[in-house]
Amino acid sequence: MTRLDELRGSGKAKRHNARTIAALTGNPGCNRRAVLDTAGVDKLRLAEAVGFPGSFGQSRFALSRGNAFEAMLKADDCALLRSVLGAGDAQLDYQDLGADSDDTLSDRHSRTAALLAAAEAALIDHPLLTLQVGGQTVYLEPDLVAYAHQGRLQVVEIKSFAIVDGQADSAKVSAAAVQAATYVLALRQLLERLGMDPLLVDHEVVLVCPENFAMTPVAVRVDVRKQLATLRRQLSRLASVGAIVDALPAGVTFDLNRSPEELVAALGHVEPRYAPECLSTCELSMFCRHEAAGTTGALGRPVREALGGIPTVGEVLALASGSQAPTPEQEEAAALLRQALRLRSEALAEGAS
Amino acid sequence: MSTLTALARAQAVATGRAQPIATVRHLHVHDHPMVLVPLAMAGEANAPLAALAGTDPAAPRLLVVTQPRDRDERFRFADHLGRILISYVDSFADLTEDVPVDRGKDVRTRYADAPQLWVPNPGGEDFLRLLGRSTRFRAVDGEHPVPATVPLLGRWLTFLANSAEVPGSSLLLNAVQALGTHWATGQSSAEDAQLGVLLAWIEEGAAAARAVENGPVAGPATDPEFDNRVLAPLIERQAPELPEVLRELMLPTWERMWRVLGLLRRLPAGERVAQRWGGDKDAYTAFARYVAEGGAPQPRRDGAVAAAARLQRLESAAARYAVQRAFDDPLILAEYRLAGAAFAGTVTLAAPDRIDDSGKRPVLRPRIMVRTSETVRVEPGTSLTSPSRPGQKARVVSVSPVAGSGEFDVLLELSGGMGRKLVAEPGSVPAVGERVVLTTLSEEFRRSGALPDVSETPWTHGGPPVFEEPAPARGGPAGLVSTPGGSAGQPDE
Ligand code: SF4
Repeated sequence: MTRLDELRGSGKAKRHNARTIAALTGNPGCNRRAVLDTAGVDKLRLAEAVGFPGSFGQSRFALSRGNAFEAMLKADDCALLRSVLGAGDAQLDYQDLGADSDDTLSDRHSRTAALLAAAEAALIDHPLLTLQVGGQTVYLEPDLVAYAHQGRLQVVEIKSFAIVDGQADSAKVSAAAVQAATYVLALRQLLERLGMDPLLVDHEVVLVCPENFAMTPVAVRVDVRKQLATLRRQLSRLASVGAIVDALPAGVTFDLNRSPEELVAALGHVEPRYAPECLSTCELSMFCRHEAAGTTGALGRPVREALGGIPTVGEVLALASGSQAPTPEQEEAAALLRQALRLRSEALAEGAS
Repeated sequence: MSTLTALARAQAVATGRAQPIATVRHLHVHDHPMVLVPLAMAGEANAPLAALAGTDPAAPRLLVVTQPRDRDERFRFADHLGRILISYVDSFADLTEDVPVDRGKDVRTRYADAPQLWVPNPGGEDFLRLLGRSTRFRAVDGEHPVPATVPLLGRWLTFLANSAEVPGSSLLLNAVQALGTHWATGQSSAEDAQLGVLLAWIEEGAAAARAVENGPVAGPATDPEFDNRVLAPLIERQAPELPEVLRELMLPTWERMWRVLGLLRRLPAGERVAQRWGGDKDAYTAFARYVAEGGAPQPRRDGAVAAAARLQRLESAAARYAVQRAFDDPLILAEYRLAGAAFAGTVTLAAPDRIDDSGKRPVLRPRIMVRTSETVRVEPGTSLTSPSRPGQKARVVSVSPVAGSGEFDVLLELSGGMGRKLVAEPGSVPAVGERVVLTTLSEEFRRSGALPDVSETPWTHGGPPVFEEPAPARGGPAGLVSTPGGSAGQPDE
């Protein structure tokens, strides 16, 4: 049993998908998340166990619309998908690697590898990829179609958010782009292992979305080079998670069978880095927010920066009122805060008069 | 985030109560606003699920789509909402007022008032924009006819959504932003996005805010849990109680909306709010006339010239709004003082009758000396303005440190705003002992660069306008493809 298995305890390891990888890299400064995710701990249940459940549900309506859209594209041997990709007449094979749910992950991964290596012109659905995360090989179960044509591979992502007059919800587009970048990276790593040129995987991905207010699909190409660079940088930072794990005291575990007190104590051994962005990306956010109460970081990075980077609210107010003398490094921030408090009080008094 | 607002957030954490970040109200609050709380159907492209709408807090009108995928039902919803909204906006198209133009040599007539629509949050505004887009092109004849109110609703919603993008406009407002302009809470702006929580911070404080965190959402997105556990079964069995369930869900938000209006009304309006509302009345008048003359629906996308012109209008509106807020509100002006773009001081010397006769004609150019303890980051020659005398310019002649005190003496030469004679009108020149604030901000109209006429624009810039569907998105429309580039939004380092 490895140290990571010990950390996870008796629970089954959470599988990764592009969404979890994207979220994982969303707060790369957070050791706590890095450790929990690399060990495959079920953070949702952990949050419940320590008394801070979050809600990360998805609406049935959204799911069923997404499924309906995808089914429509893939009906009749992917007729609609082919046409929207502009691959109408080419001799394209369609293979669904996800269809057989019984085979093992490694089997499916080798079938994926074999198929992709040989693919000339094909649509390969549900390939099983791997990615190196924090020194571990994690399996990715991506919801993507790899589109092989003219000797190149392109990532095709089917999304059910609408593109209206060429515009889409920018948060959704950027989430899709980060996910797609994860796929591109995983595909490139695979080709590399196969001794092929990783750059055969296009940095332009295709999003297939409904257009305007109907279910008519439209394909748009998105360049994900920027996202790829960010992802690589953040994944390399995660590579050091091994050192953090090694530094943990013996016996620390996030086994969900432990008592809440023990789990809270275990969490205390790994440093968090709470920011309001955690609220939408990390299952543990309610717990970490509670822990971060009274810090300026909990108010958001812009607030913390505007307060001269002073870490706690108590200190900010003490420096502003002059009741606490600044350290030499705090001089500049303290002067700004004193001036700000003076101006604020003066203006409020003036406004009230 | 300005340091002053950040400090207010810190104070809110410490006191457990939201803190004011404005001393006056920076938006117009109508005596008879219309409130609209929309809910959208998850997963669909902006399909309405339900709404509460109306002008009477005690009598919200309930609109529901019981089968969200039924096209006819959707258009019945749009028709119903259209009748409510159009009769409201039309109710202002009667009384007119005359406004002097051309320095009072002429008058122009506009409607004496304009409509004001309130939604809970920015998401509500986006919902209305898209609802406008999905209805304004609908045909009232042909294969799939819709009632005439539907495309008309689309035009009005598009007009309102477009004006909501203009900084300082008060035709379509959302409660979250309106509150956030005037109060700072002790939580992050991400958490402020929830109207119930934000309002609880202001009305009752931190503890109450935490307690309502898991309360009903203010829409337009519904809670996935609610979708799965309540809504889906009701829709499946076509339950007759569906409308009532949705009304119950929206009612807390409806009540909060009116409380928000009450809170805002209690703040005194900023001096220049009425002037901006005048601009809104102009915009409403122009659009109401356009619609009355049977004007075509707004195009799907602006051509290049129209888009550039619009951008320019938005930029100058933003600049004007920023200056006006600072001039109306000492707390906003304090932000500029902190940044060194304004300073306060006391007049120590004044020569109100000083005449400059070096030119062809003698002119009145009084000088004053202002002593300040604040940082002065202005060069000699810079023109400054004092919010209490916005029509007067104060040119910096010199800035000299006062030995041993850390203070500065700023010598200023005044022009304008003193009457037409060679003797200044009484009170128009700051007197010795008066406290003044001077800033590099100026309300003066900035002339925008002229854009070529649309018909003279080369095709590379949109050329003569084409009113058809833009080229298929294959290959990537600029607006979409450029979005993920700036995707960050996540903490990095
Ligand atoms: S919520 Fe906690 S564990 Fe998750 S990323 Fe934020 S700080 Fe790290």
